[in-house]
Amino acid sequence: MERVAITEAAIKIVNQLKAQYGALIFHQSGGCCDGSSPMIFEEGEMYLDESDILLGQIEGVNFYMNQDQFEYWKHTHLTVDITKGRGSSFSLEIPLGLRFIIHSRLLTSEEQKVLNP
Amino acid sequence: MNIKEPLGIVGQIIPWNFPLLMLSWKLPPALATGNCVILKPAEQTPSTATLLMEKIADVFPPGVLNVVHGFGPEAGKPLASSGNIDKVAFTGETTTGQLIMQYASKNLNPVTMELGGKSPNIFFNSVMDHDDAYLDKAIEGAVLFAFNAGEVCTCPSRILVQEDIYDAFMERVVERTKAIVQDNPYDVNTMLGAQASNDQYEKIQSYFSIGEEEGAKILTGGAAAKLDGNLANGFYIQPTIMEGHNKMRVFQEEIFGPVVCVTKFKDEAEALEIANDTLYGLGAGVWTRDAHQLYQIPREIKAGRVWVNCYHTYPAHAPFGGYKKSGFGRENHLMMMNHYRQTKNMLISYDKNKLGFF
Repeated sequence: MERVAITEAAIKIVNQLKAQYGALIFHQSGGCCDGSSPMIFEEGEMYLDESDILLGQIEGVNFYMNQDQFEYWKHTHLTVDITKGRGSSFSLEIPLGLRFIIHSRLLTSEEQKVLNP
Repeated sequence: MNIKEPLGIVGQIIPWNFPLLMLSWKLPPALATGNCVILKPAEQTPSTATLLMEKIADVFPPGVLNVVHGFGPEAGKPLASSGNIDKVAFTGETTTGQLIMQYASKNLNPVTMELGGKSPNIFFNSVMDHDDAYLDKAIEGAVLFAFNAGEVCTCPSRILVQEDIYDAFMERVVERTKAIVQDNPYDVNTMLGAQASNDQYEKIQSYFSIGEEEGAKILTGGAAAKLDGNLANGFYIQPTIMEGHNKMRVFQEEIFGPVVCVTKFKDEAEALEIANDTLYGLGAGVWTRDAHQLYQIPREIKAGRVWVNCYHTYPAHAPFGGYKKSGFGRENHLMMMNHYRQTKNMLISYDKNKLGFF
């Protein structure tokens, strides 16, 4: 049972980026413009501490979100997907002309019991 | 005496939603205070800055005004982390904001940040005391969520309506929203064009599905709009009103589309509780005929700009910026000049005589 999953198409890009950059992390953004996008960085690029919640691991990549934001997101299941597009963030897929995108659904009551007891 | 001096070289990273306006908010105060600027426009909108530079290139000495295009990891990050710059100003989202502050901290450089919002637009029952020009203005004020296709950091994306006027007021707002003309943006009669990009288009639609799963009720819209002819593949989204409660994700995240979420409140205390229950604090709207409310309510809202009986006006002399996760620093106004200046304090002694200590 997991909070976050990834599509086959997104796995391909994650692996391509891993081959290029090494170990990676996802961080879910919020706010303006390119906000609400999951962003991928080299591990160690972003300062993370106890205010960043580790939601899970997808294709060997840890997925983090700020605690404040997690409070509003924790009842939802997330799937990382990839789509064509341009972004202006520092996320590593941007130069490929692609962008990671989040699809969400509500956690089932079974999932709620385990993940948000 | 205090002398204002330029910081030196300023890095500015601006977004795609108002390519010329965002540039004109950032560039002039930095130049007017005597700095050199390296501006990085968003990858989605490189042309505007380039065309403007072609027009004004001769005005500045070589090296004073520089535009760097490129992808975030390849151009934005090196700019923000460079030890050769003295300040970074950024408009965008929270994760990039955090990274830029992190890079700036290595150089102990100052930063200013504008990171978006989820602005409440609050309608007290007195707006419906009369069916007059003011009510008409208030209804338009609610429908301003569709302005610039919602791609505005201050988009009034949460409507809060007092419960005793809720049904009557929202009926008028839905009616006005349905009357929005969505067509070719080059047609002067068009009120709402397409979204800026495919990824925004997909993102907005993914919010419709999570909103419905969370139990939000669609009052109008709720899907992509299919237009005919050569607009058939445009990224059009129907102007959408979703009814729900403030804990829903659609009430908490910046959808950046012509989408508004509406809920009701019973009194001033509840209006403020809902308005301030957000990670952000950029804009807010307050609509009332009550002279006490129009001062007291804005004072209690944690946002950098509160419009009272108006919305989406941006006069140059009014400071603009955020509370909470909407960032810090103020654009426009004299305050912005001071974000680009050092203060040198000189203490000049005119006395020839020693202190007498040693």
